This record gives sequence, C-alpha cells and structure tokens, in this order.
Amino acid sequence: MSTQAHTGPEVHADGAAAHHGDHAHGSLRGYLIGFGLSVLLTAIPFWIVMAEPFASKQVAGFAVMGFAAVQIVVHMVYFLHMNTHSDEGWTMMALIFTIIILVIVLSGSLWVMYHLNANMMPPHVMDQMK
Amino acid sequence: MSEGSPALHAIFGRLTLESFPIHEPILVVTFAVVALGGLALFAAVTRYGLWGYLWREWFTSVDHKRIGIMYMVLGLVMLIRGVSDAVMMRLQQAMAFNGSEGYLNAHHYDQLFTVHGVIMIFFVAMPLVTGLMNYVVPLQIGARDVSFPFLNNFSFWMTVGGAVLVMMSLFVGEFARTGWLAYPPLSGIGYSPDVGVDYYIWALQVAGVGTTLSGVNLICTIIKMRAPGMTMMRLPVFTWTSLCTNVLIVASFPVLTVVLALLSADRYLGTNFFTNDFGGNPMMYVNLIWIWGHPEVYILILPAFGIFSEVASTFSGKRLFGYTSMVYATVVITVLSYLVWLHHFFTMGSGASVNSFFGITTMIISIPTGAKIFNWLFTMYRGRIRFELPMMWTLAFMLTFVVGGMTGVLLAVPPADFVLHNSLFLVAHFHNVIIGGVLFGLFAGITYWFPKAFGFRLDPTWGKISFWCWVVGFWLAFMPLYILGLMGVTRRMRVFDDPSLQIWFVIAGLGAALIVAGIAAFLVQIYVSIRRREALRDLTGDPWHGRTLEWATSSPPPAYNFAFTPVAHDGDAWWDMKARGYERPLTGYRAIHMPRNTGAGIVLAGISVALGFALIWYIWWLAALSFAALLTVAIGHTFNYHRSFHISADEVVRVEDARTRQLAVQG
Repeated sequence: MSTQAHTGPEVHADGAAAHHGDHAHGSLRGYLIGFGLSVLLTAIPFWIVMAEPFASKQVAGFAVMGFAAVQIVVHMVYFLHMNTHSDEGWTMMALIFTIIILVIVLSGSLWVMYHLNANMMPPHVMDQMK
Repeated sequence: MSEGSPALHAIFGRLTLESFPIHEPILVVTFAVVALGGLALFAAVTRYGLWGYLWREWFTSVDHKRIGIMYMVLGLVMLIRGVSDAVMMRLQQAMAFNGSEGYLNAHHYDQLFTVHGVIMIFFVAMPLVTGLMNYVVPLQIGARDVSFPFLNNFSFWMTVGGAVLVMMSLFVGEFARTGWLAYPPLSGIGYSPDVGVDYYIWALQVAGVGTTLSGVNLICTIIKMRAPGMTMMRLPVFTWTSLCTNVLIVASFPVLTVVLALLSADRYLGTNFFTNDFGGNPMMYVNLIWIWGHPEVYILILPAFGIFSEVASTFSGKRLFGYTSMVYATVVITVLSYLVWLHHFFTMGSGASVNSFFGITTMIISIPTGAKIFNWLFTMYRGRIRFELPMMWTLAFMLTFVVGGMTGVLLAVPPADFVLHNSLFLVAHFHNVIIGGVLFGLFAGITYWFPKAFGFRLDPTWGKISFWCWVVGFWLAFMPLYILGLMGVTRRMRVFDDPSLQIWFVIAGLGAALIVAGIAAFLVQIYVSIRRREALRDLTGDPWHGRTLEWATSSPPPAYNFAFTPVAHDGDAWWDMKARGYERPLTGYRAIHMPRNTGAGIVLAGISVALGFALIWYIWWLAALSFAALLTVAIGHTFNYHRSFHISADEVVRVEDARTRQLAVQG
C-alpha cells in the first residue's frame, strides 16, 4: 500500500512557482484586439459627453455606464485571459461570486439609502434637494 | 496647547509634551509596569543571546507553522490587554452608583470601550483564527507550505504593525472615543479633532493589508496545493470552513478599507462623504461598514465551526455526520452573510419593507447554522465519546452558542430590535456568540493542535480549571446583561442613577473575575505543560487517534511537513490510511525544495508603522520619507533572486531516521 500512497518527491513547497505554464498568456493579436476595443469603448463615452447626442442627461449617463460595463468584460477577456475553463473553472467561479456580491452590495445600498431618505428626511429638506 | 514654535511643529507635527498622558495616574502606573516588563524581557533575551536566534528562526521565517505560532502569541498577548480593559469597565460599572463617579473619567472610559472592541475583534480573534488556519490548513491538505510563503510573513507583520499602533495610543496621545466602529459624525474631524480616530483608522488600515493578503494566500493554497486525490469533497471540514472564511475576507475587507479611506478623506482633506452638511450622509458610513462588519462575524465563527467538526468526529471516534450538508451549510452561510447587514441598524429608519427583508434573511441564516448543530449531535450519537478537553469545549460551545443564536433570532425581529437596539441585551448577545462560539472554538483548537505544534500535550488538570472558570464566568458575566438589557439599560454607560441595577453589575463583575481566573489558569497550564513536557510527550504524531492528514506526520512536523506528499483516498485521509495498514516509507528520500527566510516582511511592516504614526501626528516629512522607503524596500525585494534552497537528501534521511527510531521505541 505504501507505494500507492505517495507521489514523487519533487513536489515544490512554493506552489505558485510550481504552477507556471498552466495559463494561456495570450497572443500579440489578442492584446491588440483588446487595446483597440478599449480605446473605442473609451472614445465613445467621451464623444457622448462632449457632443451631447442624447437630449436627456440621464440617458447619456446610462449609456456611459453601459460602455464602462462592456469595457470591464473586454479587460477580463483580453488582458486577464479569463474564460470558463482556465484553472479548472475557478476563475469563472470567482467572477460569478464577485458579481453576486457586487450586485447585492450596490443594489442593497441604493435601496437602503433611498428608503432612508424617503422616510427620514423632513419634507422641506426633500423639497430643497429637488 | 499648540503654542510651540513653527520649527518644532514642522518636526513633531501635533506631537507635544502634553500628548503624553502623565496626568492620568492609571496610565502612568500601567506604563511603568509595561516598561518594566518590557525591559525585563529585553534583558532576558539579551542575556541568553537569543536575538540572533529569534531573528533568523522566527521573525524572518516563511514557514507557515512558525508564522502560525507567532499569530497565536500575538493573539494571546492582545487577549490579556483586551481583558484588562473589560475588567476595568466592569469595575467602573459596578462602582458608579448612588452618586459615585466610579474611578474612571469619561475621557478614559470612552477610550476603554472603544479599544476593548477593536482589540478583541482585530487583534485577538483575527490573529488567533488566522494563526490556526495558517498552522493547520497546509498540514491538512498535505502541502509543504502556503502558496506565497513570503507574503505570509509580510501579512503577519502587518497585523503586528496594526497592534503596535493601537498599543502606542495608550501612552502617546489617546485612542478613539467613538465606539469600536467609529460612526461619523462623532468620528468626523468636527467632533473628534484629536488623534484618537486617526490611531483607529491607521491601525486598522495597516492590519487590514495583512488580513486581506493572508486571505488571498490561503485561498490560493487550498485551491492549488491539495495533495493528489484530495478532491474538494474530500477536504477536511476545517479546511472547507477556512476556505469560506478567506473568501469572505477577500470579498469584505476591501469594503472596510474603502470606508476608512473615505473617512480619512473627510478628516484629512476636508471632503464631505459622511458629514451632515454639503450633501454628506453619515448613514452611508453605517451602511458600508456593516457590509464589511457582518461578514466579519462569520469570518470569525466559520473556522470555529470547522474546529468543532474536527473535534466532534475525532473524539467520538466516528466519521462526521452529514459531511456534505456541513459543506453546503458553510457555503450557504458564506453567501447569506452578505444579505443581512442592515439588521445592525434597523432603527436607522429605512422603513418596513427594508427592515422586514433583512429581518427575514437574518432568520434564514440561522437555518444552516442550526443544521450544523444537529450534525454535531448526530456525530456524537452512539459514538464512543472521549471527554478530553477539546471535546469539553465543544460541548460547552453547543450549550452556550444555541442560547446566543436564539437571542440573535430574537433581535432579528425588527419591532423587538427597536426595543433592544444598543441595549445591554445586544452586548450580551454578541458576547454570547463570540465567546461561546469563537473563543470556545479557539480554545478547543489550541488544546487539540498544541501537541502537533510542540510535541507534547497541554496539562489537562489546569486545562479543566481554566475551562470551568471560563464557562461559569461567561454565564455569570453575561446573563445579568441580558436582564439589564431587557430592563432598558443601554450600552457604554459610565454612571447610573437607579440603585436597583447595581446588584446585576456586581454579579457581572464577579463573572469577569472568574474569566480572568480562567485566563490565569490557561497561562499556568502552558507553564506547567512546559515543565512536565516529558510526561506529556507525544512521540506518535497522532495523540488523539486523529482522522486527517496533519496527524500523519511527526509532532512537531519537520520543516518540510511531509517527506513524501501523501495521497488521499478518502475524506478522512489519515483514518483511511491507518485502516488500510499504512506503512511509513523508510527509503527513497530526495532533496526538498523550500522557500528561504527573508527580513523584508518585518522591515516593510516597521516602515508602515512609522508611516501610520506620521500620518496620525501630521509629521509630514516622516510620512513622505517612510512612504518613499516603503516603495523602495518593496521594489528592492523583487530583486531578491535567492528565494529558495534545497533541504539535502542527507538531511531528510537524518530527520526521518530519527523519527523511525522514535516510533520503534513506541513499539
């Protein structure tokens, strides 16, 4: 049994060093595509703000946020090389967990603080804030 | 006060002679005792020529076992400080009746309740939990160290750096007088212009770096460095709970960092995030800090749950009941812990819909916790239970924690919370779960793994004395607070008008005295165990007839933990190996590649303390200098290419042969 219970002795103590080479480090083409998309996704929001193509400021704001969100995905795919199978799916799992937490924290805070204002602010202060 | 010359001001910032509290006799005496003790320690270490040994073998060590032990020492030293604060508060509250002002002025008392909370959470519970995880997790998964050994050393010293800043505030300046979460506007520059809140901010920021990095390190270790065959569903439960705890650390501590950074911006730069004017909102601080704060309590309790799982199954001689449900309960708690934060401020006024949502999620989170209690009960059911100390702590936990859990569900009902918010009922509740849960768990863990770390068991007699003092002392100290809370007494009061309340505070004070006796007995236990170490020696490496891989190696383990990486065929890997007649291999050793010690961590942390001190006292030249030094040393460290070495095959053979002889003597 004893031989079966062991692997070779050359396992390294510092696991980080031992795990080089499992990652796809991307190609020049990938980096260029990522760079191009990032520039584009940054330029468009600037144009939205400066040329004011939307009549409503709110719509413009949401559009800028939308482009920012898309750019996050571009960075993750082309620069951080995240996909569904790297590191046995752990990267994707970490991403999903992060998104869940972010959604909870952001939407929860907005909800809580909105209700706080609605319930606790005296009417005349609310009028001033409008 | 700040009449000094501009030159002095440029050199010392806000620091003047008046900053040293020589007018407070209590502090002067404390300082004298601490200084004498420190001098004696310094002299002893110098006398026996231990500085070189300590520096080479401990301070600069990247061995996860040594770092784990240093975390435990830090936690225990800070525990003594935290308990001293608690005793002073108990004494004050028991005395300050019938017109008496007690013996503490408001300025001192307000610092005491703040520093007690900060120290107990950040510098007692966190180091003890992190220390156990550091020590045990790599051994349980059959690894030789953590993923990033240098980072581990750096994390530890950053935690020490935070502790040093808090301790410094006792004798240089003052600590915050705001309560342990430093709510604005009280903690804003307008109401707290002194250095107290700045000590609070920078101590937590420095320590927070360490905590976050150690979280990253342990997640990576558990995911990447498991022994072959150890799938996720074969992980020991303590490792599972450690994984979830570290996920919580990594996901929640950045929130604390940001909220404290925003508070610093308010205090240093004149921004208005949390002020009452100019569109600021102090309630946003409360909201954000509890988004960190609630996961924090699960960061503390989850590893304790892991310890109880290991102990219950080992001392019942049975496989853990419902392993899968235990893992899923842990994961569910991890996610749910992010959905309950508002129950800390129901009374803030978010209205019925918000309050009922968070009330219900709070009640839901008690379900997986309850499932765990049943799992432990069923593990014990028809088991051959050995009532050793770790098992006694586990039983005391189950009885105590259930009460704390139930009062928690009571507080989760928003209308009830409106009555009990900020009362002593709340204080009793969270001490009930943190002492009855986390602390009892830590003591179970310390007694359980001590023989692994040092090669001899802890003396059971003194352990039992400590156990009974702690358990009885806890009930005596905190049950009166439940009663007082129901009668409407609020927390953080310094003097009382109603003489009928005094008897309860006297009882609580007696309980605190018993707890102090428990700590004293624990220290005596360690001393006696060292004296009797030959009688208590564990030569087998497996003193409790354990089930997981840490018991497969010697006690204490060699620097490389395992000469050959073990292979796991079962959840209780070591139990399975024993059952299948495992024979220790005696030949075929090879050189082992290990990380090399480095002093960069302690140097970086030392500079961080200087930076924090400079920022607290507005000593801008020192702040700039230490920041530059921080960057220089950190970048310089990346040019250190001599990061590893090989333990030669001869050395491994020598160590392993010594163990073979030791085991042969056992027969």
